[in-house]
Amino acid sequence: MHSLSSDGQPGESGTLPARLPKNFQDWFAARGWQPRAHQLALLDHAGRGESVLLVAPTGGGKTLAGFLPSLIALSQVTSSKLAASRPARKRGLHTLYVSPLKALAVDVARNLNQPIEEMALPVTVETRTGDTSAARRQRQRFSPPDILLTTPEQLSLLLAHPRSRQMFENLHSVVLDELHALYNSKRGDLLALGLARLQILAPQHRRVGLSATVKDPAPLQRFLMPQPLSGESLSRIVIAQGGAKPHIQISTSDSYVPWAGHLARHAMADVMAAIQAARTALVFVNTRSQAERTFQELWAINDANLPIALHHGSLALEQRRKVEAAMAKGNLRAVVCTSTLDLGIDWGAVDKVICIGAPKGAARLVQRIGRANHRLDEPSAALLVPANRFEVLECNAARDAVLAGELDGERLKAGGLDVLAQHVLGTACAGPFSPGLLFEEIRSASPYAHITREDFDAVVDFVATGGYALKSYDRYARLRKTEDGRYRLAHPRLAQEYRLNAGVIVEDPMVEIRLQAKGRPAGAGGRKLGELEEYFIEQLSVGDTFIFAGDVLRFEGLRETGAFVTRARDPEAQIPSYNGGKFPLSTFLAQRVREMVSTPQSWQALPEPVQEWLKIQEWRSVIPAPGQLLVETFPRGNRHYLVCYPFEGRLAHQTLGMLLTRRLERARFHPLGFVANEYALAVWAAKDMGGADMDALFDQDMLGDDLDSWLAESNLYKRTFRNCAIIAGLIQRRFPGNEKSGRQVTFSSDLIYDVLREHEPDHVLLRATYQDAGTGLLDIARLGDMLARVKKRIVTRRLERVSPLAVPALLEISKEMVAGEVDEAILKESEDALIRDAMRVD
Amino acid sequence: MPCVWTDAALAHDLMITVNGEALLLDACGAVFAPAHSALIFADLHFEKGSFYARRRQFLPPYDTADTLGRMARAIARHSPARVIALGDSFHDPDAGDRLGREARSLLESLTRSARFTWITGNHDPKPPAWLEGEVTQSLRLGGLMLRHEPRAIFEPGEVAGHLHPCASVTKWGRGVRRRCFVSDGLRLILPSFGAYTGGLDVGDDAITALFTGSFHAYMLGHKRVYAIPRHVAV
Repeated sequence: MHSLSSDGQPGESGTLPARLPKNFQDWFAARGWQPRAHQLALLDHAGRGESVLLVAPTGGGKTLAGFLPSLIALSQVTSSKLAASRPARKRGLHTLYVSPLKALAVDVARNLNQPIEEMALPVTVETRTGDTSAARRQRQRFSPPDILLTTPEQLSLLLAHPRSRQMFENLHSVVLDELHALYNSKRGDLLALGLARLQILAPQHRRVGLSATVKDPAPLQRFLMPQPLSGESLSRIVIAQGGAKPHIQISTSDSYVPWAGHLARHAMADVMAAIQAARTALVFVNTRSQAERTFQELWAINDANLPIALHHGSLALEQRRKVEAAMAKGNLRAVVCTSTLDLGIDWGAVDKVICIGAPKGAARLVQRIGRANHRLDEPSAALLVPANRFEVLECNAARDAVLAGELDGERLKAGGLDVLAQHVLGTACAGPFSPGLLFEEIRSASPYAHITREDFDAVVDFVATGGYALKSYDRYARLRKTEDGRYRLAHPRLAQEYRLNAGVIVEDPMVEIRLQAKGRPAGAGGRKLGELEEYFIEQLSVGDTFIFAGDVLRFEGLRETGAFVTRARDPEAQIPSYNGGKFPLSTFLAQRVREMVSTPQSWQALPEPVQEWLKIQEWRSVIPAPGQLLVETFPRGNRHYLVCYPFEGRLAHQTLGMLLTRRLERARFHPLGFVANEYALAVWAAKDMGGADMDALFDQDMLGDDLDSWLAESNLYKRTFRNCAIIAGLIQRRFPGNEKSGRQVTFSSDLIYDVLREHEPDHVLLRATYQDAGTGLLDIARLGDMLARVKKRIVTRRLERVSPLAVPALLEISKEMVAGEVDEAILKESEDALIRDAMRVD
Repeated sequence: MPCVWTDAALAHDLMITVNGEALLLDACGAVFAPAHSALIFADLHFEKGSFYARRRQFLPPYDTADTLGRMARAIARHSPARVIALGDSFHDPDAGDRLGREARSLLESLTRSARFTWITGNHDPKPPAWLEGEVTQSLRLGGLMLRHEPRAIFEPGEVAGHLHPCASVTKWGRGVRRRCFVSDGLRLILPSFGAYTGGLDVGDDAITALFTGSFHAYMLGHKRVYAIPRHVAV
């Protein structure tokens, strides 16, 4: 919200007074600013009562643009009709601001108070987040501020209250910040349903969406408007002028580029030099384990003792806040961080962004680069550090795309049935509802515009009694039909349970990590370092070492209160990594990488070892033409390999691997396992797969029965089910009296899944899970597109030995193995190891 | 990571000896004692789902049918002369009343097919009156002493349930957790058989306290039982 701009079009000053009151003009002038064109355009739309989407790059004064109409309206209402009759605080909530991050809401509140104080506007601003005290929340319901800043979850809670009508009936304006990060997610579904409710409570209100640059703004414009029964309704749109093009460097070494891995150890000196040259740098990595490693690597060579900190989602909250505060004060030279800092508050001092590893998507890269230098007119400076050869290609493709102003598109998901179930219960908490009217209401939310009445009724039935074909729970119903055909809450305690379990962010079950002094028994004392996924902790044995919170830690044992660790002296941890925040390579960027590989003329831009790698591939095997899928087979050791290169991201490849091995099994090639990375899939088998009919093997029909039977067993699918079951309220995270522990799921979702799938495979929750799997953890939809794309375009090579392109995939085999029957194999292996031990004669 | 049920259609049984009695560990989680033609199940927890429904948590109402179905298949496989349930067969005192019509008739056809003994557990000190078969607190079967909850005082040949043991093994950076039998050759703990029954780790004090020396966790696989030694499974 600062800085003068050259696009302010002062030439229009003749019309300015009409749009901008005197005190606002003076305020702008006093700061040496001029209103930007898009800020004025938003005023015009507000004057006509229109909802509008503002698309602007970081540093464009977006937030002020969103609030300016409200500030003006509020100051005018007060100064004209004023005060004598009605004190300001009685006029009701005027503007609601919703952001995906509560930190952002808090930051925006601070920034808004600046113009309000300097112009002495009679406007009250408050935030409402999970941290807001109960007393204050209570007061906000009865006596709301003029402007309330909050999150989608808090909006749902406000709406699920009998007093929601009184609170919102005077609402004039809704401002949705970072809409691009919300609209196509479950949190977006929740927000859309909340907006549909607001439309009923306050039909007069208008909406403003604030978004970073997106490839296709239409879905966001739809999101802002109540959708009609047929056709679609789009909000108006204002696109702010772009800022200066960023300076993007790619760190390359002409002597050495690793074949595999994601740590970029070879480039740490470059990274350190970049940090030294910058005032303040953000060092982005893709996973928490990479963050830990990178942090350690940097400190190992931090001879100048620069203040470098670590920030990721598993660290204890206090520790993260400490880092953020130090950053805000300018006390740090660098922060190594994950996507936790992709969005968020403005740190003016950051002048360099360093991205280690694959950028994954052009939009993500733009977002991250935008974190440097929040001034529109100065170029941001970024350094990309690829960790392996494929990442060199990806970094180059991403840089080209960003400089060309091209972005990834997003596959639109339909509104989640699980989120709808939560909303239905919330609606009942506010008061009895008519199913017919609620159906019309939720259909006006764009993610649910195409939902069928059958699905809606199934969801209501699910909320009421579980929605099972076997109607044995009717007497325990949560919703009961009233005489006039409406549904009401069966018991007031259900509203309390709803409030405790509301929200659509489902964390993996987490375990607290507690550091204790050496020599004390596990479980005694211990300072909380942060949290880790339960599944990671469960694979540790006492004595195992791993990296967390910047230290190598020794696992001492798991107790009721958490996992206990001590500091280890080893420089190297035994347990390599824990997953977390793995984004797939975007479809758009994958396309550009494939094009780059297929176009030898473009290789000149690449470092020498990468060029050589591709040239030898061309000579030994083949470089696939654009649109082709290369499939290579070759023997190695006593195994036979099949490697293909779809470039569709690890998730889609993993699903493909599962399905291919089933088919190879049936064709009696005896597949033994496979490994998938972002670019390739490698399958190994006891027999030579070179003679297989590849067109048949890669046929789209694999997405039928094979997929269904594999899904039944897939752990990822079970995790998807768990998320749906929690969001839909089948499994409750918290019970009254047990509010604290967010991770305590009261019932094992896998047990439910097995029984439900066996006895009622068409249940609405299984349908919700299937819908999720299409775009979520399993990326089935993307796999389907790929199979359609390569139909009749598969080029095969039977090689005598491994090809250059296949090496990175094969190197990952030892690190990351996924096999169809791997669980059974683990049991077998544990037993075999015993027999070997028992039969040894030495 | 929860324990997951796997139904073993073609179970490859594992034979062990407990206090001199040969016992077949079935991968479905039941034990068959050939010398007595007795099939033993533990912790069936009928109607646990509807118990939760009373608190308005609507778990799929198919757990009893599922448990009974697996029981029926195991009985068909072994054709035992007698069947013994080691207690906690009914999740709560009202469970018998909540049993659906179909489930009850399946249960009744099972109790007609063999001689049933219902050992009482902490969840079902009084099984439903209509239930066919004898009700007792414990049962001697040759060298075996069958009861619900294992006793702290060591008694050779004790066969019990109650603890719902599960074991995990880890390899290649991933863990597998399954229900399991636990035995040191003198004593045997059965896994829980009910569809909605969770598990207790074999490393838990409640289990390790029962076995002074070494023991094996016999983990349930898809089609067979895997013998995993204590130091691997704990």
